[in-house]
Formats: sequence, structure tokens, C-alpha cells
Amino acid sequence: MSSIFKLISLSNPMATYSSRTPPYDLENSTSYTPIPDKPAASFAPAGHWRSKKLFAGILVSSFLLLSLVLLFVNQQPDPQTKVNGTNQEDSSTPKSISPTARTSPPSRGVSQGVSDKTFRLAGGENVTYAWTNVMLSWQRTAYHFQPEHNWMNDPNGPLFHKGWYHLFYQYNPESAVWGKISWGHAVSKDLIHWLYLPFAMVPDHWYDINGVWTGSATILPDGQIVMLYTGDTYDAVQVQCLAYPANLSDPLLLGWVKYSGNPVLVPPPGIGVKDFRDPTTAWLTPDGYKWRITIGSKFNKTGISLVYETVDFKSYDMLDGYLHAVPGTGMWECVDFFPVSMTEVNGLDTSVNGPGVKHVLKASLDDDKNDYYALGVYDPFENKWIPDDPELDVGIGLRYDYGKYYASKTFYDQITQRRILWGWIRETDSEDDDVLKGWASVQSIPRTVVFDQKTGSNIIQWPVSKVEELRSESVEFDNMKLGPGSIVPLRADTPSQLDIVASFEIVKEAFEGTVESNVDSSYSCPTSGGAANRGKLGPFGIIVLADETLSEGTPIYFYVTANGKAETHFCADELRSSEASDVAKVVYGSKVPVLDGEKYSLRSLVDHSIVESFAQGGRRVITSRIYPTKAINGAARVFLFNNATGVSVTASGKIWNMISADIRRFPFNQL
Amino acid sequence: MRRLIATIMLIFHVHGLLQEKNLSLIETTCRHTQNYKLCIHTLLANRGSIHANETGLGLIMVDAVKAKAKETLYQIYKLKAFRPKMRAALNQCTIQYKLILEIDVPVAVDSLNKGVPQYARDNMADSSLQAVFCEGNFHGESPITQLTNEVRDLCIVARDVIPVYL
Repeated sequence: MSSIFKLISLSNPMATYSSRTPPYDLENSTSYTPIPDKPAASFAPAGHWRSKKLFAGILVSSFLLLSLVLLFVNQQPDPQTKVNGTNQEDSSTPKSISPTARTSPPSRGVSQGVSDKTFRLAGGENVTYAWTNVMLSWQRTAYHFQPEHNWMNDPNGPLFHKGWYHLFYQYNPESAVWGKISWGHAVSKDLIHWLYLPFAMVPDHWYDINGVWTGSATILPDGQIVMLYTGDTYDAVQVQCLAYPANLSDPLLLGWVKYSGNPVLVPPPGIGVKDFRDPTTAWLTPDGYKWRITIGSKFNKTGISLVYETVDFKSYDMLDGYLHAVPGTGMWECVDFFPVSMTEVNGLDTSVNGPGVKHVLKASLDDDKNDYYALGVYDPFENKWIPDDPELDVGIGLRYDYGKYYASKTFYDQITQRRILWGWIRETDSEDDDVLKGWASVQSIPRTVVFDQKTGSNIIQWPVSKVEELRSESVEFDNMKLGPGSIVPLRADTPSQLDIVASFEIVKEAFEGTVESNVDSSYSCPTSGGAANRGKLGPFGIIVLADETLSEGTPIYFYVTANGKAETHFCADELRSSEASDVAKVVYGSKVPVLDGEKYSLRSLVDHSIVESFAQGGRRVITSRIYPTKAINGAARVFLFNNATGVSVTASGKIWNMISADIRRFPFNQL
Repeated sequence: MRRLIATIMLIFHVHGLLQEKNLSLIETTCRHTQNYKLCIHTLLANRGSIHANETGLGLIMVDAVKAKAKETLYQIYKLKAFRPKMRAALNQCTIQYKLILEIDVPVAVDSLNKGVPQYARDNMADSSLQAVFCEGNFHGESPITQLTNEVRDLCIVARDVIPVYL
């Protein structure tokens, strides 16, 4: 209700109002009694009139009458200043929420000024399926990073140091919903086998007491590590803070020190106190003397990227203008900015620029909870990034992932010279389910990012090669012919933990005969109705996490329109993924470029409640969260299918069982 | 002719009576504040105050707080470039004045317009505290003391002007 801090209990999931939200209900306020209107005729004429003539008498009475009338009219309230309506719609100012108008608990993230962290059912229903312990415990992943329990969101400050990969992550130590955010910490030698460490940072200063939010690491040429992160102050203002390792020679980087002069950045002129977060890794200016970072924000409905320069990471100059801005995209969270080589397959250090280099600018859009990126060119002298294709600008063009994938962040692995991408995969079951099972969210398998030299207009993502060391027994299939409407089971010992690689070809003779003049080019995965809707040339692909009778199943498929390869769609169909009603059941996907001479190829990493699917070697990716009630444990099955009406397809590929990554606590007692 | 003059006089007289009525509202209201002079001066500087009721007078005061807080915030931004040693204090003050402008003022306006003015009173009281806290950040060597005092005094008057009930 006011600007002065009031401690609230963030551990109580129902205490959803920030300290800034009025604890009253404007619509149904009963805390005051209205004072009755003042009586109209309170005016008494000043002085008295000497009535000398009739005219004077008439004057008096008409004067009295006129005064009365005018006074009556003047009783209407007429506030001189009208409130301007824009503040009402702006999600960055706290609003009072009428408790009676809501059926589900209000989002606790939004009132603090970050994006909504929870999945909300479209209808706002709170129907809960009768989940059993077996179903819920099955949902935990075997080889994706997730903490032992409780809530996780954005990946933070990924880096490589003295032999260990470090992952930090937004974590709530107290419950399975967002709140009391601290930095969890884990290390790995290979980005797959992770070991939990103690927290790196907790909310313990006035400038981050409401949450130690997302940040990035910069490794300086002399090996120093600088961590910049967003703190949410005790008054819910977003500020940037500096931290560094307590002991740089510690390979585990256990201890972290917060700079005594924090915060190093507060929201600048024109930027709202809740629109200033997620500082990036820094890059060097052309002369090599200064560092630049960018921080996403917004101006009205335009997503923007502010740039600051610094020498010591303690004091900053804000540069004029923005690195880039795109109208209509809203708040830019978790901005990422990095170079990719147009000619080499290795990644590039964040400061690299020059001919043969393009820059990726990426933003997580608060308004639709998806990660968007675009390729372009960075001019470090003007400090401007220009998209290659303004029609596919940041926020209106390509996405890293067409499923559930957000708050992603890359880092440069200087040892293997790879650009590695992390992404937060939230739950798509209900919040009640998360509280029931005691945890929420996983991280994606880290992906390498390279420029797609074949198309020139997108990046390629691929799971880091180390994940292949989890492959055990495999089954191969070669040129298996699938007639129209056919479905073939594939053998798998661990159908919930699989790495599936498959490529498909449409049988030529049948294909040529079925090209029609009436082309259906209005196909779109989200509106397609999924794999049950048959076309002449698709859908075909695989079905994972299915049960024997296919009452549950998740098809991952290609749909080729009559335009042929020129318009191929890659979709993940969750419509029948579960019989439960409190989970998301949508079809994700998009068009995917398939070039001449290429087969339709896919790879799916199946790991219990997460499936990450890659088309055409990583040109398009879809991450799905799946919560079956039947297709679990020994009852789960995998199938190849071809639901096209007009063509046969041949399928070749391999399906590996995947062993667990055995993610556990760091064995300190064995040191 | 005499009738015309009389009618004109009538109109002016009635208008004057109405002015007097509202002037007396302004005067009554300001009598209840801790700084009568500042209150009168601020309200009368706004031409709409003559026609305003209690809510309107409250909104005029909140608007005056907003203007003065904005002026102070811009001064703080300018100082950041010239007083690097005061960076920490100035950063804190930026936060405090942004809170006044982005939280207290909009919520006060909202409450007044929705007929629950007691929250507007509290917000103005808190704004005055923010101004005082900002001043305290400088440990006696503040470069903005005059502005701080103006903001603080305006906030207190605003709080007093805003009615307890509507």
C-alpha cells in the first residue's frame, strides 16, 4: 500500500501480495461509512437588503433563487486531476486484487515484478487428478538437471573454471513454488553428471532481500570471475549487484562475496523500478579498455536493451540509445547477446567481432513466456545491433524452442570452444500437483549453438555430445516401410529413458502421384488438432510415452503440406499425452526448413516427464512436459507411425536406452 | 440599461459568492495543516483549486508532490555525473524517489479517485519519510537539502489536506 517496507511471509503460498499491494479491496470496501451529502440549502445570504422598490424585491428573490440553483449544481464532485488510465494496465505497478474476483491464487511472481513463474490452466480451474505416488514419482527425470526437491527457475551465471562446469540456478529452499529466491549451485566435469553444492548466494542484504535474481558471469582475461545479478530490494525495486568468488583458487567456487558498494546500478531515468533486470555477460569495447553489458527493459510496449559501459564493474556509464528495440514485444527478460561464426563450427568468446561473425540477440518475452532470437550484425562503434531480417526481428521471429522453454542463457566454454545454451523448463501440470510432489522445474540438456551455414538464417542447437555416454543397449531399424495409417512398436527396455534418432523418407512413386492443385498451406501445429488429423503427406514420426492401447501417447511428427518439402511442419502433440485434466495438452511446433537432398530427421531425448525433440539436426527444437497416468514405468511404449493417407514412408534409425546421470550431492566426505 | 448592469452585477456577485465558498474551503482545509502558508500557496497556484472539493484539493497536493519529487530526482541524476564519491547515496536516493513517483503517487491518486482517501494519506506520509531517508544517506553532507525539505513539507501538507473520509 505504500513505499515503506512491510515484511511478508514468502513461505506461505497464500501470502501472495507484495509489500506494495494495498491490503484492501477497493471494489468491496466496507471499512468506512460514507458521510451523508451536505444539505443543499446551507447558504445564507450575507448582509440584508433594503427593499425600497418592488424591482429590488424581485431582484432579491431571483438572486436567492439563482444562488440556490447554482449552489446545487456546484455540489457535484469535480476532481481537477483525472487519473490517467495507463497506470491501471501497467503490470509493473502493484494492484489491489479483489479476493472475491479470483478463483485461483494470484501469481506471486507478477506482484514482485518478474514474469509469472507458474503454469496456469486456461480456464483457471483447480481440478486435480487423483495422482498416485507411483505416477508422481515417475515424473522425476533421470538425466536432466533438477534439485532434490523444491522450486527452480532460471539458469544463472554458467561458467567453466579449473576443470569444473558450474551451474547456478534460481531456487526456493522452502517450497515447490516460486519465492525466497536464492542461488542454487552445482558442478559437473562434463555438463551431464552434476553434483549439488551448498547455495552460492541467499537473500541477506537490503538490496536482494526480496530475491537474489538472475545474473551472468564474466571471466576476465586474467582469470578473475565477475558475477552481476539482479537484486530485488526490500522495497521490491530491481537493482544490479556485483559478487565475486571468495577464493578464486577453489575449483568448486564454494564461497561468494557480495561487493560492499552494492547495488552498482539502479533503474535509470525513464525506466520503471520493476523493469530493470537480468544483466548479461560483458563484452569488450573495440579498444579493449572497457566492458559493456546489456540489460533488458521496456518503454511502454516496446522491448528494449539498455547498454552500460564499465571498467571495474563497480561504476557504470549508461550509453545513449539502445542496443536494439522492437515495438510491441513488451518487457525483455533474460537478454542474451553473443557472436557466432559464419564459417567455423566452434563457438566464439563473447567479445569477438569482425567479418565472418554474426551476433545473436535474444530476449525472453515476459508477455508470452517464450524465448525469441534473431541473427544480425553488431556495430560496436555505434553500439547498435541490426537484424538480418527485420521481419524476423527479436520477439516477432524465431524461437529457440517451440515448446516450454524460457529464461535461457549461453556461455562460452573456453576449453572445448563451444557456445553452450541452458534453458529453464517449467512444469505444465498444476501448481497443486507441484506442491503435492514436492518439486517443480528441470533444466534442459545443455545444447551447443552454432550458425546454420546451410540456411544462413537460423542457429542450430544440439544436445552436448556427452549425453551420448548415457546410451546403453540399442535397437536399430533400417528402411522400415510404413504404409498409410500404419503404426509399428519399437522395442525399448527403458521406454521412459530413451535417445531416439530417426529419419524418414516419403516413398517417391506414391509422392509424385498425389501432388494436388488445391494446396493446404494453412497448417499450423498449434491449431492442427495433432497427429490424429490426417493429410496426404503426413503426419508421420514417432509416438513416445504411449501405453499399449494408445489411450495415452505423445506423437512427435512431421507434417508435409502439398507444397512438398518447401513447407514441412515439425510438431509435438500433447493432446492425448495424459488422461489427467489438470495438465497442459496442446500441440507445439513450427515450420522447419528441409533442404534438397535432406531426409526428414528427428532426435528425441525422452526422460520421464520431459521430452526434447530436435528436427533437421537442431534447426527447430520442441521441449514438452508430459504427465501420463498409464504410460509410465513398465507400461510405456514407443511406436513409429505414419498417419498420412496418400503416401508410405520409410523409416531408419536407432533407439538407445539411457542410463541415469546419477545427479547427487558432492561427496565432500570422500575428499 | 439599469437592468443590464444589475444583471451583470448579479452574475458577478453570485460568482463571487461561489468563489468565496471555495476559498473558504481552501482556507478551512489549510488551517488543518502543519504549514498553512505552504498549503495556501500551493493550492492557489493551481487554478482549478477554486472549483475543487476535498478530493480535488487532495489531488492538487499530490500533483504538487509529484512535480517536486520529479525535480529532485532529475537533480539526483545530474549529481551522479559530478559527484562520483556520493554514488552510493545518490543510488539509494534514486530508489527512494522512484518509489515516491512510481508507487506512492499513483496509489494516492487511485485511492482518492476511488473514494478511499485514508490510503492516500498514508502514502503521502511515507513519501515524506522517503525524502528524509534519502537526506540521511549523505550523513550531513547532502547536496540536495533544500529540495528534500521542500518535498518533505509538501508531503506532510498533502497528507493533512487529504480528508480522512469522503
